[in-house]
Amino acid sequence: MNGRFSLARVFAMLGKEFIQMRRDRLTLAMLVGIPLMQLILFGYAINMVPRHLATVVSISDPGPFSDSIVAALANSSFFDVVKATNSPAEAHRMLAEGTASFAINIPPNFSRDLVRGVQPELLVEADATDPAAGAYAIGAITTIVSSALRNDLRGPLAARAYAPPPVNVVVHQLYNPENITRYNIVPGLLGMILTMTMVMVTSIALTRERERGTYENLLAMPMRPTEIMIGKITPNIFIGAFQSALILTVARFVFHVPMLGSLPLLAAAGMIYIAALLAVGYTFSTVAQNQMQAMQMTFFFFLPSIMLSGFIFPFRGMPEWAQWIGEVLPITHFLRVVRGILLKGNGFTEIWPDTWPMILFLFVVGAIAVLRFRRTLD
Amino acid sequence: MTALGNAIDVRGLTKRFGKKTAVNGIDIAVPEGQVWGFLGPNGSGKTTTIRMLCGLLNADAGEGTCLGYNFRTQAEQIKRETGYMTQKFSFWEDLSIRENLDFVARVYGLPGQRALVDETLEKLGLEQRQNQLAGELSGGWKQRLALAACTLHSPKLLLLDEPTAGVDPKARRDFWDEIHTLSGQHGITVLVSTHYMDEAERCDRIVYISGGNIVARGTVADIIAGSGLITFTVEGDGARQLAPKLRGHPGVVFIAFFGAMLHVSGYDRALLEQALAPYRNDPNLAIRETAPSLEDVFIQLQENNGGASA
Repeated sequence: MNGRFSLARVFAMLGKEFIQMRRDRLTLAMLVGIPLMQLILFGYAINMVPRHLATVVSISDPGPFSDSIVAALANSSFFDVVKATNSPAEAHRMLAEGTASFAINIPPNFSRDLVRGVQPELLVEADATDPAAGAYAIGAITTIVSSALRNDLRGPLAARAYAPPPVNVVVHQLYNPENITRYNIVPGLLGMILTMTMVMVTSIALTRERERGTYENLLAMPMRPTEIMIGKITPNIFIGAFQSALILTVARFVFHVPMLGSLPLLAAAGMIYIAALLAVGYTFSTVAQNQMQAMQMTFFFFLPSIMLSGFIFPFRGMPEWAQWIGEVLPITHFLRVVRGILLKGNGFTEIWPDTWPMILFLFVVGAIAVLRFRRTLD
Repeated sequence: MTALGNAIDVRGLTKRFGKKTAVNGIDIAVPEGQVWGFLGPNGSGKTTTIRMLCGLLNADAGEGTCLGYNFRTQAEQIKRETGYMTQKFSFWEDLSIRENLDFVARVYGLPGQRALVDETLEKLGLEQRQNQLAGELSGGWKQRLALAACTLHSPKLLLLDEPTAGVDPKARRDFWDEIHTLSGQHGITVLVSTHYMDEAERCDRIVYISGGNIVARGTVADIIAGSGLITFTVEGDGARQLAPKLRGHPGVVFIAFFGAMLHVSGYDRALLEQALAPYRNDPNLAIRETAPSLEDVFIQLQENNGGASA
């Protein structure tokens, strides 16, 4: 009897497994949610040929030719002209802040030189911290400019329209002139690793106590929620600081990632970022009933963080809705801060636009964590 | 608080979980220094009541005091002077015995922490094992450690939730000796929930709760007398086979097995006698009247109040 394979027993086991699967709502939601999330993110949000890259045009010689160039850039799907300015300094500032990926400088006397046929230089400065993001756009720029000018160079100027090209497009790859991918990836990993470990470690903070029954004991003692929270979170801040130091050391001495900016500034921004992540983890731990759920929630947070932050895929290449989600995530801002400080040598002024969103996130999520925390077992 | 006040004095204590009323407006007044037993079937609301008393659950209704503090608004003060021992071992199994005691002492801000922990370890007889992880202790030792830890801050009130579940009889007896010492020498008030009849009998008073309502209270003698139950024992070969025949007879309220012996109980003496009459002459059976045991009374209380445990 027992020795023989029994279909009835298999069905008994099957029945039990299906019932348990149905009861475990969160796992079921994960099984449906994760593929959907991946499909949507990979299918819609991720674009390996980023278009609509923010571009600032600095015009030192206004005139019909520069108008044509601006119009042609705006018409192309690669560039979005977010600003036309007459100050090269402002264009630089926008590159440093990351509000623009390209600065196109139309030099003084551009029109005169063009008409004279002396091939004026059109300086294109590209933010090369993410080499993949700009490559296609840079490839297209000469064609876009030449064909734009071709329409203007008519009549007596028609001869200037064709070979040799009317302008000499000079591309400066700023911040990462050799287009070394790891200069972009390694600082990004700092943000990525912290997201994974900090949220994960903190999300089980209260959950583990609850699962083991020690939570009830903790609550029965005269402990305040904030005391419990600070006690739970502080060790993880040290872990995060240690991880950061480790990653930066390896980045510096193994991968030779340049470190142009101030390390204390980076440390300060890192602390804000770590605190924001711990707030997320702690919120999860007030919700999760067991460690498995805490892990699942961490993963749900991790997935958009890796995909929508500009870590692997160019941020500007994503559709607007995906960029909005990305803007909410602290990692998106932290990546800009890290790359800005290390590769661009940014100072406080340049990183502030990406620092306050992290602070805001920290306070909002921190408030949720504190409100979610129950002094009782209700 | 007056010298002869009540350590616990609550009225109309109510707790609802969704639509289910777990505790339905109960009144409890435990005088200082007494040991009260809290009995009732599983799911009757014992744990919920204890948790409300020490501020772990918010009561939906009710008023009153614990140690003179308003139990709804002054949970922090109550926690400082109350020791609560959970049903399941709730100290940190991955901390050593000493580390657990150290932690508790520090949370309560107890002066002379080191000496106090040393003294406690010595009293427990755990000095040799103080660096062992609490998780490695046997059930009985865990329970002793838990009691020592939750009395470390010299509480005035002890709330014990089934402290002796799954503990061997010797350890249970030692545990109760300790409870009576705490109560007798230090005047601590104790409210202890239990399923064991022998433990109930060690209490000054008993409160029996069923379906969220108190259905009996008083001393053991009061409760037995108050039940109005009459019990006969039937002993001898074939006593067990008698049970199905007696069941269903109008005079027999319930039958319980005690080894080879039957306890046949009812309220009406005449009807009960009538039910047993046909077997009186059976030479193999000895039938005699006995005082109902506390267990008989509790089973009857449980059956009268919604029957099986929820």
